[in-house]
Amino acid sequence: MELITHKIEHGPEVLVLHDPAAFTASFGWFVKTGARDEQPSVAGVSHFLEHMVFKGTERRTPEDVNRELDHLGAQSNAFTSEDSTVFYASVLPECQLQAVDLLTDLMQPRFFEEDFDMEKQVILEEIAMYDDQPPYGAFERVTELFFGQHPLSTRVLGTAETVSDLTVAQMRSYHRHRYAKDNMYFAASGKVDVSQLVDQLSELVVDWPETAKPTPRPTPKFHSAEECLERELAHQSYLVCLWPGLNCNHPDRYALRLLCSILADDSGSRLFWELIDTGRAETATLWPQMFDDCGCITGYLCCAPEDTAENEAVLERTIRDVVEHGVTAKELELARSKIGSSLILSDERPGNRLFALGQSWLNRRSYEPLEVILRKYHDVTTDDVQRVAAETLLGETASVRIVGNAELD
Amino acid sequence: MNQHLLQRQFDNGLVLLGEHMPWLRSSAFTFLVPAGTCYEHNDLDVLAGLTSEMVQRGCGELDSRSFWERLDALGVERSSSITTSHSGFSCAMPSSVLTQVLSLYADLVQRPHLPESQLNDARQLCLQDLRALDDEPSHRCFSELKRFRYPLPYGRISQGTKQGLVGIDSDAVRAFFQQNYRPKGSILAVAGRFDWEQLCATVEQVLGGWQGNEAPMLPALSPIYGSRHVDHSSSQTHLALAYDCASYESPEYYQARALVGVLSDGMSSRLFSEVREKRGLVYSVFATCFSLAGQGSVLCYAGTTNNRAEETLQVLLDTVHSLRFGINDDELSRLKYRIKSSLVFEQESSAARSSQIASDWFYLGRVPSREEVCQKVDALTREGLLEHFEKNLPKNFSLVTVGSQPLELPRGIDYPQN
Repeated sequence: MELITHKIEHGPEVLVLHDPAAFTASFGWFVKTGARDEQPSVAGVSHFLEHMVFKGTERRTPEDVNRELDHLGAQSNAFTSEDSTVFYASVLPECQLQAVDLLTDLMQPRFFEEDFDMEKQVILEEIAMYDDQPPYGAFERVTELFFGQHPLSTRVLGTAETVSDLTVAQMRSYHRHRYAKDNMYFAASGKVDVSQLVDQLSELVVDWPETAKPTPRPTPKFHSAEECLERELAHQSYLVCLWPGLNCNHPDRYALRLLCSILADDSGSRLFWELIDTGRAETATLWPQMFDDCGCITGYLCCAPEDTAENEAVLERTIRDVVEHGVTAKELELARSKIGSSLILSDERPGNRLFALGQSWLNRRSYEPLEVILRKYHDVTTDDVQRVAAETLLGETASVRIVGNAELD
Repeated sequence: MNQHLLQRQFDNGLVLLGEHMPWLRSSAFTFLVPAGTCYEHNDLDVLAGLTSEMVQRGCGELDSRSFWERLDALGVERSSSITTSHSGFSCAMPSSVLTQVLSLYADLVQRPHLPESQLNDARQLCLQDLRALDDEPSHRCFSELKRFRYPLPYGRISQGTKQGLVGIDSDAVRAFFQQNYRPKGSILAVAGRFDWEQLCATVEQVLGGWQGNEAPMLPALSPIYGSRHVDHSSSQTHLALAYDCASYESPEYYQARALVGVLSDGMSSRLFSEVREKRGLVYSVFATCFSLAGQGSVLCYAGTTNNRAEETLQVLLDTVHSLRFGINDDELSRLKYRIKSSLVFEQESSAARSSQIASDWFYLGRVPSREEVCQKVDALTREGLLEHFEKNLPKNFSLVTVGSQPLELPRGIDYPQN
């Protein structure tokens, strides 16, 4: 497998993990824009725009877009996060030309008013759907408390109010300022005709805006806070916590992932044995979220309302213990083995490699081959893990509880 | 991409299946044991789930913790599942450790400790699953649909009921294990990189001596029709609808599957188009084929805010019935290409392939090759699909709604009028 990078003249960078033996090929546009790039008055516009991208272009009606994606037999989708928006399609290699043409054309949507109004209904339904799933709301609220006025506190979906108030003009403006050649990467993996890809993209992106308008990058400041949201009909209680983490280029990021795995992955971790294996909680997990200027660790506990206080005490004790006493060599080895195996298995599919490549380029404009990543995990010591625990988990903490009191039917 | 199914039936009835995927570094297996919910006692439902939980708490020479640590050290990604017919155990791993992992699972199905001291922990864990289901109305409507449409013993859900959980003791778990963890009816499907001769020798050694009971007889399945509402104060009404179709075993399955594909495969499908794109009624809508005890059903889902639920149901039903006006060439060619592409994507995952092999063997007693599937898909025609639809008009509907307002099936729905 070979990494090929190409900078199109007056255009975006193209990255290809070329694997001539693969059965399929995956393609994607990785746009460096997300909820943190939104003004508060247009919260949710990145995600709404991700939907509108499928609602037609100058060359295609919305029906054409949907039909073509299906004609290509594509496994395709899109997603929006705090700092990126990604559009991708995996196809058979024979469909490369059409798939790249379609994906690239989609980046310049036509923004018809009637499509916008219809899609707004779909997004309001999406918000209502999540609203019926109790942890939703807690994640969003705890982020607001932890990041305060910082743009990272913006809700990815927005709220029913901000989405209802959005106008086509606002979305057009956001698109013009953020979907520019210097703010997007095209990534591909699998069996790819690289020269055809580069030639085709060079023609398709000629008229795109050259440079993105920068968005404010204030220094993040974390806040400790607690809040409780009552939800009469929830059967479980939910706790979401945030602690300071590491940015996506921090050399200790491997140690941080190992720390989270040792403490609270879904099998064999400390919290697994104490809370999940014993049936005291349904979920007890920690994971790192990394952005280019900061990061956080998210903790999530779901259990019966009557067990909440006791389980929270276990969580606190587990954190105190790892900060004071660190982890054992055996724990570190098992966590390494789990993470390593999961990376190797995931790397078998071109579709998965596409995300690893695109995300890595968004984060640091470079790509670490699997072997390098595995070596970095291998080099982490127990001291590194304890040091990272002390540097993160002793910091500010924000938490939100959703408390339910519904009886089981 | 040469494809060749390897198979061996052992004297005790266990079936071993294999398919080489030498371009991968991994191996995966799916191990189905005939210990599904349909074999539970009526007043002790969730026995299958609780027993599955208990067999994973130590076996052979390893206690619970040592067992999991051994799998973690070997780099095994694993999961377990409960369906109506089976308890399933699936693992994906670097190919070099396949035989070691199979030996561990051979202990799990034959020599679990079933530690009495951990029964309450396992019970609490199952209770968590049940509570979680009640907080997920979109999943809950399918569980309620299964309970409603399929009489016992087929209508049980893997999470069971609180009453069932409370009633189970160690003896019940042990009895369920002894009755249902048996080689006859078990399927072990391996895909990825492996040596077949070595695999057969290992399985012979570690599972060849496995003994067990004959399977109990099950009654025939007669689905129940009509509608049922579960009151749940939620933003959306979640509706699950089922109607009859050809089952997976039927020679006409591909026609039925294709019609569901026209309804629901992809963003240009009719349901996505009519319910979401044209009317903005939902974020999620889909249909899928489901087979149980020789009976096929189409299952449909839509979730919509409460005041639009009635309209959504009507549009969903109208869209299903729109199939009687035929399918166009474009729809058919998209569908064929999507199905054929999906067969290629399956070749990238040993886990996905092992799961498909096990499932095919269970339903059909054989595993159709990609060539056979492609031929059947190529043979589909617009005329043939229309004829199939007209001969098998959607009927015998069951509807379950979870939300604040009940919905009723419109009158005369079994026989659409022009």
